[in-house]
Amino acid sequence: MASSKGKAGSGAAPASRLAVRKTYKLYIGGAFPRSESGRSYPVTDRDGTLLAHAAQGSRKDLRDAVTAARKAFAGWSGATAYNRGQVLYRIAEMMEGRHEQFVAEVRAAEGGSADAAAAQVDAAIDRWVWYAGWSDKYAQVAGGSNPVAGPYFNFSLPEPSGVVGIVAPQDSSLLGFVSVVAPALTTGNTAVVLASSERPLPAVSLTEALATSDLPGGVLNLLTGSVTELAPWLASHRDVNCLDLTGVDPADRVPLAQAAADTVKRVLAPAALDLAAEPGMSRLAAFVETKTVWHPLGV
Amino acid sequence: MSLTLSQPATAGLADAGRDDASLRRFLHGLPGVDQVGAEARAAALATRSIKTTAKAWAIDTAIRMVDLTTLEGSDSPGKVRSLCAKAVRPDPSDPGVPAVAAVCVYPDLVGVAVEAVRGTGVQVASVATAFPSGRAALATKLVDVAEAVAAGATEIDMVIDRGAFLSGRYLKVYEEIVAVKQACGSAHLKVILETGELVTLDAVRRASWLSLLAGGDFIKTSTGKISPAATPPVALVMLQAVRDFAARTGEVRGVKLAGGIRTSKEAIRYLVMVNEVAGERWLDPATFRFGASSLLNDLLQQRHKLATGAYDGPDYVSID
Amino acid sequence: MTDQPPATPSAAAAPTDSSLFDYAPAPESRAIARLKPSYQIYVDGAFRDGRGEAVKTINPATEEPLAEVAEANAADVTDAVAAARRAYQGSWSTLPGAERAKYLFRIARAIQERARELAVLESLDNGKPIKESRDVDVPTAAAHFFYYAGWADKLGYAGFGPNPRPIGVAGQIIPWNFPLLMAAWKIAPALATGNTVVLKPAETTPLTALTLAEIIAECDLPPGVVNILAGGPSVGQALVEAPGVDKLAFTGSTAVGKDLQRSAAASGKRLSLELGGKAANIVFDDAAIDQAVEGIVNGIFFNQGHVCCAGSRLLVQESVHDEVVAALQDRLRTLRLGDPLDKNTDIGAINSAAQLARVRELADVGEAEGATRWSPACTLPDRGFWFPPTMFLGAHQASRIAQEEIFGPVLTVLTFRTPQEAVDKANNTPYGLSAGIWTEKGSRILWMANRLRAGVVWANTFNRFDPASPFGGYKESGFGREGGRHGLAAYLEGEL
Repeated sequence: MASSKGKAGSGAAPASRLAVRKTYKLYIGGAFPRSESGRSYPVTDRDGTLLAHAAQGSRKDLRDAVTAARKAFAGWSGATAYNRGQVLYRIAEMMEGRHEQFVAEVRAAEGGSADAAAAQVDAAIDRWVWYAGWSDKYAQVAGGSNPVAGPYFNFSLPEPSGVVGIVAPQDSSLLGFVSVVAPALTTGNTAVVLASSERPLPAVSLTEALATSDLPGGVLNLLTGSVTELAPWLASHRDVNCLDLTGVDPADRVPLAQAAADTVKRVLAPAALDLAAEPGMSRLAAFVETKTVWHPLGV
Repeated sequence: MSLTLSQPATAGLADAGRDDASLRRFLHGLPGVDQVGAEARAAALATRSIKTTAKAWAIDTAIRMVDLTTLEGSDSPGKVRSLCAKAVRPDPSDPGVPAVAAVCVYPDLVGVAVEAVRGTGVQVASVATAFPSGRAALATKLVDVAEAVAAGATEIDMVIDRGAFLSGRYLKVYEEIVAVKQACGSAHLKVILETGELVTLDAVRRASWLSLLAGGDFIKTSTGKISPAATPPVALVMLQAVRDFAARTGEVRGVKLAGGIRTSKEAIRYLVMVNEVAGERWLDPATFRFGASSLLNDLLQQRHKLATGAYDGPDYVSID
Repeated sequence: MTDQPPATPSAAAAPTDSSLFDYAPAPESRAIARLKPSYQIYVDGAFRDGRGEAVKTINPATEEPLAEVAEANAADVTDAVAAARRAYQGSWSTLPGAERAKYLFRIARAIQERARELAVLESLDNGKPIKESRDVDVPTAAAHFFYYAGWADKLGYAGFGPNPRPIGVAGQIIPWNFPLLMAAWKIAPALATGNTVVLKPAETTPLTALTLAEIIAECDLPPGVVNILAGGPSVGQALVEAPGVDKLAFTGSTAVGKDLQRSAAASGKRLSLELGGKAANIVFDDAAIDQAVEGIVNGIFFNQGHVCCAGSRLLVQESVHDEVVAALQDRLRTLRLGDPLDKNTDIGAINSAAQLARVRELADVGEAEGATRWSPACTLPDRGFWFPPTMFLGAHQASRIAQEEIFGPVLTVLTFRTPQEAVDKANNTPYGLSAGIWTEKGSRILWMANRLRAGVVWANTFNRFDPASPFGGYKESGFGREGGRHGLAAYLEGEL
């Protein structure tokens, strides 16, 4: 029975009290709906033991998620960078508060030792903090004034691309998830994320942390279910500006990237994700547009 | 859909000079001038290549537009007579060279000039109104004008009160021009803005409109006593002003560029600008002048080169 | 002569008349171009005839043939890619940046030395006025080589990590609208970062690219570092699909750009795209009207409107619509259309019969959609491909001429009432390359610039280009930037 595994750290003696099982739902527009299709699917641990049933998102859920992400974009990208940084930092606070929950869920999803799971959770929270700090700095590194040969003030600055569709890594259920989501958000994008099909639960718990932070609804939207079923809809959706195929097996990426070409989406299809290394700035750069402004200098 | 576009009402213009507030509202309501854009347009017009027949026409037209000028403390009747001789016959060896439009002198030498150009069609323009500074009482300025007119000047080049303009006392500037215009009688009035002191193109636009509203027949860039004087962007703005004024009122006023124009190349560039910015109606001495002294000889030298094919030298043009 | 829909072509080639001050013809000398009867492709440091079709490139102003070029075939593409690979693995990618810099400085200087020749050649082959090729295309091309030369030994300071690496062999496909300048935009950053290049100019405009090849050869660039082909879509396709190409850079239409993106998705090649646009030039009631008119005219009639970032939509505040349109009409009447080699020509020839047909077709669509067509009186030469500067008044957002890129000297005029409406209309397009804002109010400039979804925003100016200034689009206008520090990213490993 999965009951006690969902209640790590409850302190209660395992057999004497029936646990209240969690329903793992989608996270769309700041709310936690079930799939409009009514479907769910079993999520198991590495040994095949049932952990929970997660919502099996449909293309209509994805459609709704994109709508929510687009609706949230003006507010999120229009907030000051400082404000975004504050919000993201608070998410890290919420994550820290759920540290033990995450360790249990990561361990259940991926196996391995408690120490390894704790290390991953620590790294995920620290990485989230790292990205939060970029919010009001990235523009200073990526932008600046350009010394053009004429009486003009000319500057370039990065702007968020819009709605980013992200397929999260299949294996690394929390650190991998954070590594692909945080950079997109800190630069002002909103996101529709497809969680790992087989290991979605830590991501869903993360959305619970988001819902108790100050993150506006719709900035991040999470769909659980079959990536194979949902990714093509994400790739072809004309109101999605960017596509991150990190969590898609390289052998399966081509049709998705080609569908994305219909609207000239910016597609990120990296060779491999080195979770241990410091991320660098390329993921921040991946989903920004550089805008260059000219103005004459005169009296 | 028809292409009838509404024209701005002309009625508003009469009220503009009613009082200081109205004048300020009008002048400050004019569109701004982007300096970099205006300079770019002026520079682009300077890339026009004027050759052969077009060049010959331009040179002769420029000669006919010259107000040959001497405004020195050391001017004497002898100097003025010499200037007038050159004005009437710029090239003694070539009667085909047209006469200039006018000579321009100080008021107390107008009489000498009038005698010297009598019967030739060359006009006598006089500076007045405490030229070049303009810093004197209105009464003094009006006497200055009256004496020049009485001596026979057919054109008066006045200066505006730049101090008043730059401190926003537009009505004072306006009323002085109106008074001077009255004192001119039948002489035509050129209003010198002294654009080098106004500095910004926005100020040049406002001063141009103010002068036109007050009745100036010509707006003129400079006294020639300070630098910068006439420049292409300033000329651009002033030509736009007379063009827009004509569109709005039907009255064709003129522009005179003075100060710092020494070469035919510059003069021809300005004619291109007149042509493409204001239009053909301004390609005429009645509506466009160059206030100059050394320019005339450069025009003559270029004329020689077109005729002979060889570069000319200073010995072949007379000094005045 | 009264203004009307474009006059039927007549015998004499004459610009709009000015009977009092007629500018005599001021032709730049054609001989300066040192036109050769035939031009060869440049592969592995040597010039040779391509093994594809021999094609005559024509002067679009007169339809006369200029020169013959034996185009590349698939085998030539293979050779070129192989040469680029050898050069990359051999010397080029290990050459210190300071040495690469000096090659680029040499090329920049050589372009300056042969500037006049290149300008005349460009006008002959492309149809653009000599004034533009002389004052914009050629000097800016040299400037790009100068600018990127200086980055070659400073890449560790460019914000891409301490030791950024090149990608490898870059396949580059450029359009016909700025043939030499586009070649410079592509080659300079690629070489500065240590890549090698196979470049294909547009089929109708190969001459300046092939002359650039001569310059490159004279600069003693190692063989294979730059290879310049000639040919049409099939050559481009071969380059796109060549296994030895690691990175593709394309400037051209959005439709072809999407094809390339699909192909690159399958092949895994890195890609940067610079595609079409339908830029809004927004004029507020407090604009410096005369300069705004210059900006509008420059925005759509510079280079005959063959500019991806052309200000092809005029969004004018309704309260000043009539005033601005009247001023525009006055200004258009002074534009001189005619012989591209005449130094006084403002509007040159349309680059090809095919492009002219497209422009005419869309102009007819504009009329059919109910907009009012207006052109100044204009005599078109009887030979060559010509289209008079044209405005469509009374157009609406929901019309093809407001949505589709015409790529010709055609301006679509729409109105707006408030800044938000201007932003909404400007952004309401799949494109996002550029935009213009005309207002004297500083806070409004920045507010608008903030909200316009365009990669280049020109405020109180238009069509300014500089090698230090990043250029590129949002949305379907492409991705990646050319120019500036940002322009390095497309040619470095590990960047998008």
